[in-house]
Amino acid sequence: MKTTDDRPKIDRRSFLAGGTAAMGAIAAGVTGASAGFIEDLLHKNFKEISPDRMQRIVREMEQEYTEKYGKNVTVSTKGAQQGVLFGYGLDLSRCIGCRRCVYGCVNENNQSRDPQIHWIRVLEMDKSKGINLEESNPYYNPETVPEEDSFYMPVACQQCRNAPCIKVCPVEATWQEADGIVVVDYDHCIGCRCCMSACPYGARHFNWAEPELAAESVNPDMHYLGNRPRPNGVVEKCTFCIQRVRNGKYPACVEICPVGARKFGNLLDEADEMRVLMRKKRVFVLKEDLNTQPKFYYFYAT
Amino acid sequence: MKENEEQQELGQDLLPGWSALVVMLMIFGVLTVITLMTLLRGSDDHVDSTAEGRIAYGPEDFPELDFEMELLPHVQEAAEGKEAGVFTVPPPPFSEEYIFPCSECHADLEVNPERRELVDMHDDIVLNHGPAERWCLDCHNAADRDHLRLVNGTLVGFEESYKLCGQCHGTIFRDWREGIHGRRRGYWDGAKQYLLCAHCHNPHSPKFEAMKPLPPPVRPQFLRTAAEVEPEHAGATEEGHDQ
Amino acid sequence: MNIKKIWEFLIGSFRLTLKGNWAYHSWMAFLAVLMVSGGFAYWRQFTEGLIVTNMRDQVSWAFYIGNFTFLVGVAAAAVLLVIPAYVYNWKPIREIAIFGELLAISAIVMCLLFVTVDIGQPSRALELLPFIGSLNVPSSLLGWDVLVLNGYLVLNAMIVGHFLYKAYFKKPYNKNFVVPLLLFSIPAAISIHTVTAFVYNGMAARPFWNASILAPRFIASALCSGPAIMLILFQILRKTTHIRIRKEAISKIAELMAYAMFLNLFLFGVEIFKEYYSNTSHLVHTKYLYTGLHGHTALVPFAWISLIFSVVAFMLFLVPKTRMNMVTLNLGCILIYAGVYIEKGLALVIPGMTPDTLGEIYEYIPTWIEIRVGAGIFAIGFMVFTLLCKVAIPLLHDTLADPVAPGA
Repeated sequence: MKTTDDRPKIDRRSFLAGGTAAMGAIAAGVTGASAGFIEDLLHKNFKEISPDRMQRIVREMEQEYTEKYGKNVTVSTKGAQQGVLFGYGLDLSRCIGCRRCVYGCVNENNQSRDPQIHWIRVLEMDKSKGINLEESNPYYNPETVPEEDSFYMPVACQQCRNAPCIKVCPVEATWQEADGIVVVDYDHCIGCRCCMSACPYGARHFNWAEPELAAESVNPDMHYLGNRPRPNGVVEKCTFCIQRVRNGKYPACVEICPVGARKFGNLLDEADEMRVLMRKKRVFVLKEDLNTQPKFYYFYAT
Repeated sequence: MKENEEQQELGQDLLPGWSALVVMLMIFGVLTVITLMTLLRGSDDHVDSTAEGRIAYGPEDFPELDFEMELLPHVQEAAEGKEAGVFTVPPPPFSEEYIFPCSECHADLEVNPERRELVDMHDDIVLNHGPAERWCLDCHNAADRDHLRLVNGTLVGFEESYKLCGQCHGTIFRDWREGIHGRRRGYWDGAKQYLLCAHCHNPHSPKFEAMKPLPPPVRPQFLRTAAEVEPEHAGATEEGHDQ
Repeated sequence: MNIKKIWEFLIGSFRLTLKGNWAYHSWMAFLAVLMVSGGFAYWRQFTEGLIVTNMRDQVSWAFYIGNFTFLVGVAAAAVLLVIPAYVYNWKPIREIAIFGELLAISAIVMCLLFVTVDIGQPSRALELLPFIGSLNVPSSLLGWDVLVLNGYLVLNAMIVGHFLYKAYFKKPYNKNFVVPLLLFSIPAAISIHTVTAFVYNGMAARPFWNASILAPRFIASALCSGPAIMLILFQILRKTTHIRIRKEAISKIAELMAYAMFLNLFLFGVEIFKEYYSNTSHLVHTKYLYTGLHGHTALVPFAWISLIFSVVAFMLFLVPKTRMNMVTLNLGCILIYAGVYIEKGLALVIPGMTPDTLGEIYEYIPTWIEIRVGAGIFAIGFMVFTLLCKVAIPLLHDTLADPVAPGA
């Protein structure tokens, strides 16, 4: 089932291989290549790469993915909008635990199918025990949901304001964007998994092997910090569908939820759905005692 | 001189005597046995043989689900024109196509306000909505069956059914209007389309219908092998409510 | 000191490592076999990904990081030998303190290797270099750990290098150069273990680690396990070489170990009291370790063995008669070594992650690949130590054999 890695080699090398070029050009190419090689070796953080170089990298990426998947792939680097801080609401009184969000997320975000990576984990909880993670079960699979005695709690990245995963990263490969989304630079992450130890929500996932993603399943609308294909050995996580929300769209899980339990919006806009929700309903956050200050709010609408 | 003697004496005691060596070997033997047994048992042996989470499913295994979630043309158009606001969608289709307009049949029928089991027509409708006294004509307008009737006598079309629902379900109606209740799709900062109550709730039996969940994630013990297991996908989903 | 002399020193040292009896050569061959086996295992891990280990999202750090933690303790424990030797100028131990430094170097090499095999993108390890890479200090404790471990390695390598270099040319070592470095190595040793403890300690998501007692426990257990290894090594060195190690030195170290053992057990008891008496939801990790949770009991036998070994060893070290007796002393050392290895290697990292932050219990058990890679790294460490001893013993022979050390 493993697909062979048939990535096109970087254009520098094919440039070098082209022997027709004059000697001087080749010499220039070699210096250029070694400089580029060192630059790649010490790959600068997404935040530090110059716009010119960024553009080149993104073009190379798009070309590489387009060839690899036979689709017209675009990789966006669109930044945060001014005056926007994303927040998420999840209505526990509505969620029926159908896991449509889990697979909708996988479909949108190009997660590895083998080994399987899910960004959303839906926990089945016993109604008589309340929110008790130790008693929860993510592997429930009855004929139909919801079951009489259970309620369901989907957990993904809580996009903490005070994110413990960010401060532990030894190489600054993960950070919080201005609109509050915690992102990972897959070209910078060394795969030490410190952030996974630090995350209280199990929201970070590791690529334990080369991710497998069939060409026909690829979502070609990609973001550099979001759903572009990940290499083996790096950490990934929910980005509120950065490729969608930076273009104004709702995250995929919000739209696919059959019961409308999922809400999303801009916390800085008084009139936004999220703000209305927080005024009208009583919200709570998961593990508030850890002072992570999530922007992912759970609530009970009824 | 004394030091040398001490050295001599130490020299004989440098390594433990045979009895101690046997004790040490036993200690290490026990440790090794436990370690080997633990290792040989492996981590997947600790999972119940009937436990779920052995097979890796992906969205591809559910072609009947609409993952793409296209917007309706008029909402898409509004979105592209940077038009904000909420756009309604057509009411859900009736249970059978030929059934509307209701007046086709009901115009010639006598109105029977009596509560009874429906036999000849509409026998698929099981009324399970609120108090037992409720009856069709509480909501359906007797005189003009193509409309619904509010308590104050106002007639509303089926595309405005939410007004009818909102008479009793005031809090939910307000939540819905503000986007807290119900599904929305589109742009968080622009055009959104949202659904009517009847899209998700059968008005005659409004409790949200149970559905088959999509399969559970792969357990960590089976992460390596889960993709080799052939997904058995026998009508895993019943898409009664998915739009 | 010039290039030519350094070259001569290196060549000479290399020659020293070639000579040896059959025991030495078969020991080296044995280590080489382990290294090759580990190399092949690592190659599989490198090409297929960390999926060949049994680490998963639920238990994302395990065997490798556990060994790393244990070995940081071993490296730090060199300090126990250095403190009395140089601060109090207590000669019997000072004569053998160099072996503590050699052990520290080998242990740090193993530590760095264990970290390297644990990361998913080893080709990006350069990012961890200060200035060149993008080391995230002061915020990341792992970043700090990389800094202090490398610093400690350089420090010990400088001290040992200077000793050996001077000894090679039969000159007394430069006190003004070595003593400040030695003194500095004491806080450095404490700090490497403290920072390593902080890597875990700082994670509020893992209540099993998030106890302020963690760093003191690390130090206490390191002060037991490090000297335990040293004492066993001394026995072997005395038997296989002509190194003279005085009985006072050994019993002094044993006495210090008895104190450290007491402290270690006391801190352990304090932690156990707090967990069980308060009986909060955080107790699950301790329960998983000592009684198992919902039938998951993989670590339970190890946990109890570790505890029993530590208590027995403490008794052996506490009673002067058994402490002075070489047989029971060695027995105690082995018990401590095994006990602390289980405590730091298995019983710290794995239960901290089981159940995971969402309450799932994944019973982690290392794969053979992990065992082989781990054994390979230990083989490298032992080989480094053996080679260093092989060079150091003949060079320092005069120092070690003669009661009056040069430059003293």
